[in-house]
Amino acid sequence: MSELVLSIRDLRVTFETPLGPLEAVRGVDLDVHAGEMMGVVGESGSGKSVTFLAAMGLLPHQAKVSGSVMLNGQEMIGASSKVLRNMRGGLMSMIFQDPLSALNPVHRVGDQIVEMLHAHQPKMSDKDAAKRAVELLDVVGIPQAAERAHQYPHEFSGGMRQRVVIAIAIANNPKVLIADEPTTALDVTVQAQILEVIERVQKTFGTAVVLITHDLGVIARVADRVNVMYAGRNIEKGGIDSLFDHPSHPYTRGLLASLPHEGAERLTPITGFPPNMLMPPPGCGFAPRCSHATDACLASLPSLRTFGDLETACIRAEELVVKAGLS
Amino acid sequence: MSQPLLQVENLVKNFELRANSGIRKTKRIVQAVSDVSFSVDKGQTLGIVGESGSGKTTVGRCILQLLDITSGTISFEGKTLGGLSFEEMRQIRRKMQIVFQDPFASLDPKMTVGSSIAEPLVVQGVAGNHEDKVASLLELVGLAADHAKRFPHEFSGGQRQRVGIARALALDPALIVLDEPVSALDVSIQAGVVNLFGDLQKRLGMSYVFIAHDLSVVRHIADRVAVMYLGKIVEIGDKKSIYEHPTHPYTKALLSAVPVPNPTTERSRSRIMLEGDVPSPVNPPTGCRFRTRCWKATELCASSEPQLVVRPTGQLSACHFPE
Amino acid sequence: MTEFATISPKRMALRRFLSHKAAVASCVLLAIMVLAVILSPFTARYGVNESVRKPPNTYLPPQKLAWFGTDDIGRDLYSRLIYGIRVSLIIGLFTAVISTVVGCIIGAVAGFRGGRFDDIVMRVTDLFLAFPFLVALLVIRNTIGNIGWLTVIIGDKSSARFIVFLLSLFGWMGVARIVRGQVLALKEREFIEAARAVGATRRYIVRRHLLPNSIGPIMVALSFAVVGAITAESTLAFFGYGPQAGQGATSLGILVGEAKGAVQTGFWWIAVFPCFSLVLISLAINFIGDALRDATDPRLDRGE
Repeated sequence: MSELVLSIRDLRVTFETPLGPLEAVRGVDLDVHAGEMMGVVGESGSGKSVTFLAAMGLLPHQAKVSGSVMLNGQEMIGASSKVLRNMRGGLMSMIFQDPLSALNPVHRVGDQIVEMLHAHQPKMSDKDAAKRAVELLDVVGIPQAAERAHQYPHEFSGGMRQRVVIAIAIANNPKVLIADEPTTALDVTVQAQILEVIERVQKTFGTAVVLITHDLGVIARVADRVNVMYAGRNIEKGGIDSLFDHPSHPYTRGLLASLPHEGAERLTPITGFPPNMLMPPPGCGFAPRCSHATDACLASLPSLRTFGDLETACIRAEELVVKAGLS
Repeated sequence: MSQPLLQVENLVKNFELRANSGIRKTKRIVQAVSDVSFSVDKGQTLGIVGESGSGKTTVGRCILQLLDITSGTISFEGKTLGGLSFEEMRQIRRKMQIVFQDPFASLDPKMTVGSSIAEPLVVQGVAGNHEDKVASLLELVGLAADHAKRFPHEFSGGQRQRVGIARALALDPALIVLDEPVSALDVSIQAGVVNLFGDLQKRLGMSYVFIAHDLSVVRHIADRVAVMYLGKIVEIGDKKSIYEHPTHPYTKALLSAVPVPNPTTERSRSRIMLEGDVPSPVNPPTGCRFRTRCWKATELCASSEPQLVVRPTGQLSACHFPE
Repeated sequence: MTEFATISPKRMALRRFLSHKAAVASCVLLAIMVLAVILSPFTARYGVNESVRKPPNTYLPPQKLAWFGTDDIGRDLYSRLIYGIRVSLIIGLFTAVISTVVGCIIGAVAGFRGGRFDDIVMRVTDLFLAFPFLVALLVIRNTIGNIGWLTVIIGDKSSARFIVFLLSLFGWMGVARIVRGQVLALKEREFIEAARAVGATRRYIVRRHLLPNSIGPIMVALSFAVVGAITAESTLAFFGYGPQAGQGATSLGILVGEAKGAVQTGFWWIAVFPCFSLVLISLAINFIGDALRDATDPRLDRGE
């Protein structure tokens, strides 16, 4: 396996709210290797976005963050603001769901890319930076890049804007690109285009991509490895084919089963609701909703362990495979 | 076969963009819906799919007369809507209802959930104590009767959506327009709500117009499907024909773009990538509106707008060079 | 689903309000003031025009006999202040209520109907706003104030009632704008569309949905209207309009007006106590208004 670029160990994030402490992330372990596309799947409350906001150091001061985030061998948690600033946009970039609010409406698009270039390569001349900006717009598939670099964000459509955002994010050739629901707000045909751009960036520049989403179809299309999160922890990890073929955790199975598929008379939802993170359950976060939960499941938090070619946080993984006769 | 429950003929809806309250004389017209026709039978579900700018949401609003239509006819149970008095329309409103996309915004935050559900009964002047009806509606949608006293902010998105559904059912409507009812919900919650729609339809026999951009959900619940692009229906027919033998290039591209949660399938699929973005509905392309992104486009497509024509597989599509 | 007991949005707003200590202190202060003013027969030590005792009693500094000192003809300032504040608070309250009600109606109807109607109403509002306040007041006072039959309703042009009429006439615009803005924002919300889909009349929607959801901004506008009215009344009195000192009436404005002379004569208590009271009242109401604005922020209605 290629080198490790991002390594997260036992990451915990707690927010102080008027109603008490909210444990958004409760011990996440994650590895991202160079050039791979890692999919992070979870629903609301899973902590998937907060995990990476913490890795980028973008959480407010009130958030209590502990654990370790090693980027290229350097620790990010508790690092000085100088180190964090160098990291953001330099070694690691993040793009978000809404491209419109990510772009400054009063600056031209080309200038915004140049701004990113100068932030990390201050010695670059204006001329070179402008040239590079146009190249980047071209790479992300903006037609007539040279002319469009002079336009303002509102002159672009949603899909085009997201491409601009990607161009800004990759301007300094980061090792890791974190994409937090980059296509959720886009039409499905545009989504396909943007995924293609992200894939192209990954293959061309060898950038590792962390794709955060709730859409399993998107994961199936582009991801190499998958990390499933629930209630602030990762509960299943593995290669994409393995995970879809023989998911080991009841939540993953439930998620896959609840998707509409051919010939289904009724869909199979996962009963119950995601837990209230102000009062998380003492044991496995999914146990209250799990039809296979035992007292042991409800009692203590299970940790990730190897299970065949996957890693799972279900203590009953073996039994359930045998029980259901599942492949 | 009796007449269809809902009949839409040549529906046109244009919006005028008000620029600077009349200082500038140039008026821009958004052609949101341009000559759309379809019908819905009793107990049937028509799915309307499309992306942004397709006009599908506007169609939903027009059906319910929440917007004034520019031209065309909408008939419900044989009666033409539009031109009716407020009171006449109010009578008809008992029979058609709507469920909205955003579970947060569709409930008045200052009213208890029970009051919101009872509101249709109150507005329509239905006599009597509504508590029992509200309780039975809550149970019908899978919530508890004592939730009536609570406020919307105490519920999750999925539960709020169920409240919205309960409200839509209060008057026992014959038709419900579902405007992206599950898009804002978590995936594992969507399944439950989609099931609920199916169960309710089996039990109560109402028709649905299911507006969505999620093709897989529409496939599950709809009987017939209409595909819209930039204000026009480009293909319409029964579910099987549309999904298995799409004849319009846009339908094909749309189906191709939808990611399937199966890595092997995804890898082996040949994908159609559309170039560019959806054109602005202020200035739609001449002739076939899809031609700017279509790989088959020729001069004919620019000069002549294709009409909906029956295809061998049973559906109608509007294309000069169907698949 | 949460395990919390049912908390109505009203209770949540109250809780948020109570967390603003300055506002709570202001409420207490105002409550004390209002109480003192209501119980004026007991709290005031002398009558409004009563002299303190036999001469010499003019311009006495604060002492046991007269807590805030006396004025040019020996009247106890403390008692006059109580009566004065009473008049000003009444004027302020009535004006605020009337202009808020009028402003609400105009703003809600304009915002909801939209289109040309809204445009016309807004231009009229702008017109009122553009009028130089005092000039308009003078003009109206001397024209309408002289129309005999109108004075039956709006009061004689030197009376407090007239002041209320005058100030209300020019006080509704701010509220109208605020309410209109709120209505415009709410109009497109889906729960309004849901009500329309059921066949609700415009009036029902305004009454049942728009106004309750605008209570926050309306209350804020109301509180600032009170301050505005009291200050405006003081300004008027300063210039010699409204209840005239000569006729034995008094108001906070008149007392502040009398402070004019105190700067030269050195009788500091004539200026300090009335002005301090005015500032205190304004500050208190401002704090309350700010806290109300935070407490009723509609974004917080979406749940914790």
